[in-house]
Amino acid sequence: MIAEAGLAALWLAAGLAAYQLVLMLLALRTDVEVVRPMRAVAVVQGALTMIAFAMLLLVFARSDMSVALVFENSHSAKPFIYKVAGAWGNHEGSMLMWVTILAVAGALLALFSRRTGERTLIAALGSQALLALGFYAFLLIASNPFARLSPAAPDGQGLNPLLQDPGLAFHPPTLYLGYVGLSVAFSLAVGALLTGEVDSRLARAMRPWVLGAWILLTLGITAGSYWAYYELGWGGYWFWDPVENASLMPWLAATALLHSINVLASRGALKAWTMMLAVIAFSMSMVGTFLVRSGILTSVHAFAIDPERGTFLLALLAIYVGAAFTLFALRGATLKEGAPFELVSRETGLVINNLLLSVILGIVFLGTLYPLFVEAISGEKLSVGAPYFNSVAGPLALFLAVLVGIGPLLSWRRERRRVFGLLKVPALLAATALAITIILAPGIGILPRLGLTIAAFLAAASVLPLVVRNPLRAPLATWGMVIAHFGIAVALIGMAANAAFSAETLAIAKPGETLNVGPWFVQLKDVTPTAGKNYTALEAELRASRGDGMIVLNPQTHYYSDPPTETNESAIRTVWNGQLYTVLGRSDPSGGWQLRLWWKPFVTLIWAGGALIAFGGALALLGRLWRIRRPRRARGEWHRKGYA
Amino acid sequence: MKPKNQRLVLVSAALVAVLAAVLLAMWGLRDRASYFYTPADILAGKAADGQPARLGGMVEKGSIQHEPDGVTIRFVVTDGKAAMPVVFRGIPPDLFREGSGAVAEGRLQNGVFVAETILAKHDERYMPPELGNLAAEHKAGKTLAR
Repeated sequence: MIAEAGLAALWLAAGLAAYQLVLMLLALRTDVEVVRPMRAVAVVQGALTMIAFAMLLLVFARSDMSVALVFENSHSAKPFIYKVAGAWGNHEGSMLMWVTILAVAGALLALFSRRTGERTLIAALGSQALLALGFYAFLLIASNPFARLSPAAPDGQGLNPLLQDPGLAFHPPTLYLGYVGLSVAFSLAVGALLTGEVDSRLARAMRPWVLGAWILLTLGITAGSYWAYYELGWGGYWFWDPVENASLMPWLAATALLHSINVLASRGALKAWTMMLAVIAFSMSMVGTFLVRSGILTSVHAFAIDPERGTFLLALLAIYVGAAFTLFALRGATLKEGAPFELVSRETGLVINNLLLSVILGIVFLGTLYPLFVEAISGEKLSVGAPYFNSVAGPLALFLAVLVGIGPLLSWRRERRRVFGLLKVPALLAATALAITIILAPGIGILPRLGLTIAAFLAAASVLPLVVRNPLRAPLATWGMVIAHFGIAVALIGMAANAAFSAETLAIAKPGETLNVGPWFVQLKDVTPTAGKNYTALEAELRASRGDGMIVLNPQTHYYSDPPTETNESAIRTVWNGQLYTVLGRSDPSGGWQLRLWWKPFVTLIWAGGALIAFGGALALLGRLWRIRRPRRARGEWHRKGYA
Repeated sequence: MKPKNQRLVLVSAALVAVLAAVLLAMWGLRDRASYFYTPADILAGKAADGQPARLGGMVEKGSIQHEPDGVTIRFVVTDGKAAMPVVFRGIPPDLFREGSGAVAEGRLQNGVFVAETILAKHDERYMPPELGNLAAEHKAGKTLAR
C-alpha cells in the first residue's frame, strides 16, 4: 500500500504540474487572475512530491522486499541509517529526490517571492512546472521507483559497501539541493526573458536562490572530495572523474552567475549576460544529471543498446536547454543595456571574472565530453584525466586567484582609489613566499610554487576590503565575500602544499617492523581479525611517532558478504600541520603486510578552505535575506556602501 | 563607454572566451588524452612507447608473480588474441584476481606495460567501462559469427 500511495502522489503531482502550466498559458492569453491559484498549485505539488519521497523512505526503512528497488539496493542486515540512505543511493530513488527538490523549490518560489513582478512570477512558475513535468514523465515512464516485485524476494541484494558510509547519507542530497536550486534561477530568467522585466529587482529576487544553491554545491563538492579522499584509499582529493566534473560544472557556472548578478542588482548592467549565465548554470546541472544518470559514462555502447533512460534524459536536456537558448536568442538582443561603466571599474573586474570562469567551464566541459564524442563517432576509447585538466585549467585558475585579490578593491563604474598602493603589502608577502619556497624547496613543480605564492598574495589582499573601512560597519555581505575569498587562498595553500610536499611510502612490513614516511616512523604492531555489523575485517595496529609522543592508527580491510566485496578503510590522523594517511594492503606469503603510508602536509586546508568559502556564502545570504526583510533601511544603505 | 559600444565589447569578449576555451581544450586534448588499447592493439603497434595509455583485458590464470619487495607484481593481460606483460607497484584493488577483468593505466616501456593504477571490477555488478564494452563487443562478435 505504501508504494502505491507514493506512486499515486507522484501522478497527482504530475497532474498539478500540467495544470500549473495551463494556468500560465491562460495568463498569457487572457486577463484571468491566475497568480493565487498558481501559487496554491505549486505548493500542493511540492507537498505531494514530499509525500511520495517519504513513502520511498518508508519502504526502504521497513526493508519491504516486495518493492523491486528495495530488493535491488538494500538488505535487511544493513544498519538502519544506510537502509534509509539507500533510498537515494540508486537511480530511481535519486531521480525521485531530484524531482522532489525541484517541486519544493517551485513551492518556495510561489510562497515567498514578493519581489519580482507578477507577470514574471507567473512565467517563472510556468517554466518550473514545465521542468517538473518532464522529470515526472521520466520517473513515471522510464524509472518508476515504486515498481513491485512479484513474488516478493526473501531478502535484498545489498548496497555497494563503498556507499555504506556517512558521507553517502549527506553528500548526494546536498549536491542535489544545489543542482536543483539553480532551477529557480533558470525559471526566473526564462520568466523575465518572456516578460522583458530584466532589471535589478529580478536580480535581487534571484540572488538568494543562486547564493543558496551555490553554498550547497560548494559544501557538496567539498564533502564529496573528502569522501573520495578517505573512502577510496588512494590518497587523492580530486580525480577529474566525469562524475566529479558533473558537480564542478554547475558550480563554475553558478560562481560566475553569483558575481554577475551583483552587477545587475547594483548597477542594472550585464542584463543579457546574467540571464545567459542563469540558463547555463541550470543547464549544467541537467548535463551533470544526464552524465551520471543515463549510464553513458559506464559505456557509450550500453547507452546505445539500452537507450530508454539515456535517450529520455537527453531529449529532456535538449528540449529545455534548446528552448531556453532559443528564447534567449529571440529576447536577449531586445534587452537594453544598463548603466555604462569605465574600463577600470568593478564591473570590468567582474566581467573578467566571468570570462575566466566561463573559459574554465568550457575546458572542463569539453574535456569531460570529448571521450564520449570520440567513442560515439569513431568507436575509439580514450580517457581524459588530470594531465589535461591540471595543465590547461590550472594556470587559468591561478590567474583568476590573483584577480580575486584585486577585483573587490575596485569601485563601481569608475576607479577612484589608488588600488595598487593598497596592494603593496600583499605583493610583498607574495614575493617573500616565492623567495622562501625557492630557498627551502628548490625542487618543487612550477604550479605548486605559483600556487603558494599566489595564495600568500590572495590571503592578504582578500581582507583589504575590510581593512580600508570600519570592519564593524561593513555589511554582512562584505564579510561573507571577504571570508569566501580568503577561503580560496586557504584551499590553494592546501592544494599546493599537498602537491609539493607529500611523502609516500609503499612497502611490506612484518609485525614489529618500522617504516618511515616524511618525518614519521610508523611501526606495524600487529594485524588482527575483527568484525562489524555486516562485515568481517582485518585490522592493523600502527604506532606512529615523530619524536614527540605516539599515535595509534587502525587501518582496516572490510569483507562484505552481500554483495561479496572488500574495501580498504584508511586510517587518517590529523595533526596541526597535516595528515598521516595509512592503508592496509594484502598479506605476503612470508607473513608481512603491504602498507601504504602518506604524509600530507597541510592537506586539511583544502577542505577547510571549501568550508570557509561556503561559510562566507552563508553570511552573504544571511545579509541579503536580512535586507529583504527590512527593505527601507536597505535602500538607504544602498548608496553608502561600496562593497557588495 | 556608450551603452551600444559597451554591448559590442561584451559580446566580443564572450566570443573570445568561447574561442579561447575551445582552442585551449583542443590543444590540451591533442596530447593529453590517454587511449584505451587491448593487448592485440599494442602488438599491432598502435600504442607509442611512453605515451599515457590504458590497457584492458583479462588477467591470465597463473600469471601473477610477486617481486621480492612485496609490493610489486607482474602479471599478463590477455584479450584472447594476444598477451601483454604488465608490472605494477602498489596495492591492487579489492577484486583484482587471476581470470577476471582489469584495466591498467600507465604507459608502455620497452615492451612491458608499466601500470600506475589498476582498475578492476568493483563488485559483481560494476565493471570498468572499457571492459563492459569489450564484453559487449565479444558478444556482438559471436552473434555475427553465428
